[in-house]
Amino acid sequence: MPEPPSHRLPEPDRPWMMRTYAGHSDARRSNELYRKNLEKGQTGLSIAFDLPTQTGYDPDHELAKGEVGKVGVSIAHKGDMDTLLDGIPLDQMNTSMTINATAAWLLALYIVAAQNQGIPDQELQGTTQNDILKEYLSRGTYAFPPGPSMRLIADTIAYTVEHVPKWNPINICSYHLQEAGATPVQEIAFTMSNAIAVLDAVKQRVPQELMGSVFGRISFFVNAGVRFIEEHAKLRAMAVLWDELGRERYGVEDEKHRRFRYGVQVNSLGLTEAQPENNVYRIAVEALAVTLGRNARARAIQLPAWNEALGLPRPWDQQWSLRLQQILAYETDLLEYPDIFEGSKVMDGLVAELLEGARTEMHRVAELGGAVEAVDYMKGALVESHRKRWQRIESGDQIAVGMNKFTSTEPSPLTAGADGGILVVDPEVEAERTRAVRAWRAERDQAAVDAALAQLANTARNDHENIMPATIAAARAGATTGEWAQTLREAFGEYRAPTGVGEAVAAGSEDLAEVREEVERISEALGRRLKFLVGKPGLDGHSNGAEQIAVRARDAGMDVVYEGIRLTPSQIATSAAQEGVHIVGLSILSGSHRELIPAVMEALREAGAEDVPVVVGGIIPEADAASLREAGIAAVYTPKDWNLNGMMRDIISLVAERHGVQSAVGA
Amino acid sequence: MADGRELGRRLRDRDLTAASGALNLIESRAHDAREQAGALLAEVSPSKLGGEAPAHIVGVTGPPGVGKSSLLSRLVKHWRSQDRTVAVLAVDPSSRRSGGSLLGDRARIETDPKDRGVFIRSTAAGSRLGGLAPATRAAADALAAAFDLVVIETVGVGQSETEIADAADTVAVVIQPASGDVLQFLKAGIMEIPDVLVLTKTDLGAVATRAMADVRAALLALGASSTEVCAVSSVPPAIGIEELARALDAHRARLDLPERRRQARRRHALENYVVEHGEQGLRALGGRLQAERWLNDQDPDLSVPDLERALTDRAESRG
Repeated sequence: MPEPPSHRLPEPDRPWMMRTYAGHSDARRSNELYRKNLEKGQTGLSIAFDLPTQTGYDPDHELAKGEVGKVGVSIAHKGDMDTLLDGIPLDQMNTSMTINATAAWLLALYIVAAQNQGIPDQELQGTTQNDILKEYLSRGTYAFPPGPSMRLIADTIAYTVEHVPKWNPINICSYHLQEAGATPVQEIAFTMSNAIAVLDAVKQRVPQELMGSVFGRISFFVNAGVRFIEEHAKLRAMAVLWDELGRERYGVEDEKHRRFRYGVQVNSLGLTEAQPENNVYRIAVEALAVTLGRNARARAIQLPAWNEALGLPRPWDQQWSLRLQQILAYETDLLEYPDIFEGSKVMDGLVAELLEGARTEMHRVAELGGAVEAVDYMKGALVESHRKRWQRIESGDQIAVGMNKFTSTEPSPLTAGADGGILVVDPEVEAERTRAVRAWRAERDQAAVDAALAQLANTARNDHENIMPATIAAARAGATTGEWAQTLREAFGEYRAPTGVGEAVAAGSEDLAEVREEVERISEALGRRLKFLVGKPGLDGHSNGAEQIAVRARDAGMDVVYEGIRLTPSQIATSAAQEGVHIVGLSILSGSHRELIPAVMEALREAGAEDVPVVVGGIIPEADAASLREAGIAAVYTPKDWNLNGMMRDIISLVAERHGVQSAVGA
Repeated sequence: MADGRELGRRLRDRDLTAASGALNLIESRAHDAREQAGALLAEVSPSKLGGEAPAHIVGVTGPPGVGKSSLLSRLVKHWRSQDRTVAVLAVDPSSRRSGGSLLGDRARIETDPKDRGVFIRSTAAGSRLGGLAPATRAAADALAAAFDLVVIETVGVGQSETEIADAADTVAVVIQPASGDVLQFLKAGIMEIPDVLVLTKTDLGAVATRAMADVRAALLALGASSTEVCAVSSVPPAIGIEELARALDAHRARLDLPERRRQARRRHALENYVVEHGEQGLRALGGRLQAERWLNDQDPDLSVPDLERALTDRAESRG
C-alpha cells in the first residue's frame, strides 16, 4: 500500500464527543430531554444542575427559594439520580457533570445509580468538573473554605484513579475565567497555576507511582472567544505548558499521560441580547477555534444557544447548536487532514507570545504562594481586565455588531413567539420538589442515614482519610444533598470568597468626569456621599456584572456597599437599612428574579427601608421587566444596557428625584 | 430633615431602630443636618443620661489580612449569646481620588440578618489615610447610649490606633503570627501599647506558639505588663473567644471610664475646632495649652458639639 501524502490523514479522525449542556426542573423531565437529545445524534451527556444542588442545599432550604430547577435539574438523593439516568446505559454513556463544591457527592450518587443498573465502577466514563478555584474566581458555587475544598478534590482524584479508572475526576476550567474577563494570557496562566495547586494537593494523597495516571486523568474545560485565531493559539500554548509541567514538575514519563485533553463550551460573554440571531455566527466561528488545528482539537464540545442572553434556551435552541457541531464534523472536510497550522509563522508567533506572557504571570502566582494563596490577586486581576473590556465596548474601541455598532435592525421573527423565544420553568416545580424531598426523608431508614452522616462527619474531621467511601455510603443510605453538604459545612466551616472589587484601579474618561461631578453635586445637596448598595440575592454566583457596576459606581464617586454573592432577601434589606443607603441595585442572572425581587421588596418594607429606590439588572425577559416595574422597581437593566455610565446617570437622577434635589443628568 | 432630638431621645430609650437614622444625620455635612446632629448628641450627653453612656466602646485595629472580621464574627456571636446588643462601626481604609469607595468589611462579619440586636455600619475613612472617618467618634458616642457594645473597627498600624484610643474605652490590636513589623512598631514607639493584644490564627501550631512567645517578650521588654495577650483561632472549632471577651470586660472594669471619656471628648472638641478654624483659631484661644486648660474647667458632662461651641464663643469673646 502506498504511503498517504503528508497533507492527508490515512483515514479521517473520529469526531469529537458532542454534548448539550442540559437539564431543568426535576429528574423525570430532564431524563426525557436527555433521551430526546441522544436520539438527535448527541454522543455524550452534559448534566446541568440547579444552583441548590450545586451549592449543597435541599429544595426546601431558605436559600433555595426561587432557584429550584431553574438553571439545571434538581437532584436531592439517589432516587432522583436513578430517575435522571433511567434507560440510559451507563456502561456506554460518557457523562459530564458540571458540579464543583458538591462534586464528591454527585459522583457518589452516580456510582450508586450505576451499581443499581448492575454496572461496575470500572466501566463508568465521564467527568466531574470539580474545580473549586474558579468558583472563587468567577462562578461562585463554592460551599467550603479553600483548604477543605482542595482536600475534597484530591480525595475524588485519588479515589477514582484507583476505583473508577476511566473517570475524569476534574475538569480544570479556563472557561469561567474568560467569562469573568480574563485575557488569553491570564486564562492560560491562572488555569495552569490552578492545575499545579490541584496536582500538588493530590501528590500528598497518592503514591508517586500513581502520579502518571493522575496526571493523565486530568482534563480541562476551556473557552473560545470570537478572536478565533488567537484563541486557537491559546490552546496550543496550553498544550505546550501542560506537557512541560508533566515532564518537569511531576516527572511524568509516558507521553500519552502528558497530552493536553480538553472539552469546551464556547464563549457566552460575547453573545448579545441585541439582534440575538447574530450569535449563531459568533458560535460557529468560535467552534472553529477549537476544531481547526488537529494538534489542539477539543475532545468534547458543547455549544451555547443563540438566545442565552435572553433567558434559558429551549430544546429547539439547543438542537440548533448541536446541528452546527454535526455539520462541522460530518459535512466539512475538517477531520481529513493533519494539523493545518504546522509550520505557520503566524501561529508559532502567537503561541510564543502567549507562552511568554503566561510564564511571567504564572511566576507571579507562584511567588504569591500558588493559586490557592493567590485567589485575591487573581480575582482582582480578572475584575480589572473585565473593567477594561467593558470600557473598550463603551468607547467603541471594541466593536460588538448590533450592540454598539450597526444597531439599526428589522424586528426579529425569532423572538416574536408567545414564549418570547426562551424556556420558562414551570413555577410549580419548586413546590413539587419541596414536597418530594420531604416525602423522601419521611420514608427512608432514618437510623441508617444518621449513622452514615455521623461516619461522614468523622471522616471529614480526619484529614488523612478519603472522603469518598463515607460519601458513597451516605448516598446509598438515602441521605440528601443538603444533609451531605451541611455535615461538611459543620466540619469545615463556611466561606465567603473575595469580591475582587477592592483591587480594581480607578477608571478615567471624560464621560465619567461628568458623572463624577454630578455625584459630587448631589452628595453635597444630600449632605453625605451618595451611598449605593449592590446586592446579589439568591444562589446565583455569576457576579461579574455586579462587580463591574460596583467598581464603576465607586469610580463615579459613590460609596458602594457590595457584600458579594448569595445573600438572602433579609440580609440585603438589613444592610440597606443599617447602612443608610440612598439606592439599592440587585443583580440576578439565574432566572429567579420573579421570586427573589418581590421577596427583597417585602424584606425592605419589614426593615423600614421601603423609601429606598430599587433597580434590577440581569437576564430578565421583557415580559417580566414590565411586571417588575409595576411592582415598584424603579428601573430594569438587561444585557442590552451595556453603557455603565448611562446606568450611573439613572441612579443619580433616581436618588435626586427621591430626595427632591435637582439633577442635571439621567433619564 | 430628621428630628435630631427625637432620634437622640429614642437612642436614650435604647430604641435600636433609631441607629441608622441617627448616623445618617451625624454623617451629614449639610448645615441644618449638623444642627440636628448637635441636638441629637446633646440628648445622649452625660448630663442628659445622668452619667456616661452605658456601652463599652471597643476599638479593634490591626494590619489588613490578620483576620479581624472573622474574629469579630465570633465575638459578636459570643456577645449575642450573652444577650448583649452590639453595634459595629467598620471604617474602610479605601480612599480614592474620585471620592468614592467600596465598603466591603460588612460582608466579612457574619451575623444573623434577622437579629435586630446587631447593627453594622460601614464608612469610608475619607481623606485621612488610616484614620477614623470624621463622623465615627460622634457615631460611637451616639450609639453608646443605646447598645451594650460599640465596636470601632479600623485597618492599619501606627496612626489609626492612636486615633482609636481617643474614641474607644478599650483598644485591642490584632496581629497574626509573623507580624514582626507590629512588634517593631511597638518597640520603636511608633505605635502605642494597646490595652489588649490579640494574636489570631493560633491554629497554626508551632508558628503560633513561637509568635506568642515573641509578643510576650516584646511587651515585657517594654514594661507593658498590664497589656493582656489573648490567643484566638476563628476557624472551627473557634478558641479563645470567651477569654478575649473576658479580657475586654476586665479592662473596662479597671478603667476610670468617666475620666477617659471626658478627656476624649475634650480632645475631640479641640480637634474639630482646629479643623474648622485652623491655627489662627487656636491662637485666638491663646494657644493649644491654654485651650486645653480652659476645657478642663468646663462642665465635664458637655457633649462634643457643646464643647466646640463653647470654644468658638470663647475665641470670639477674647477676639
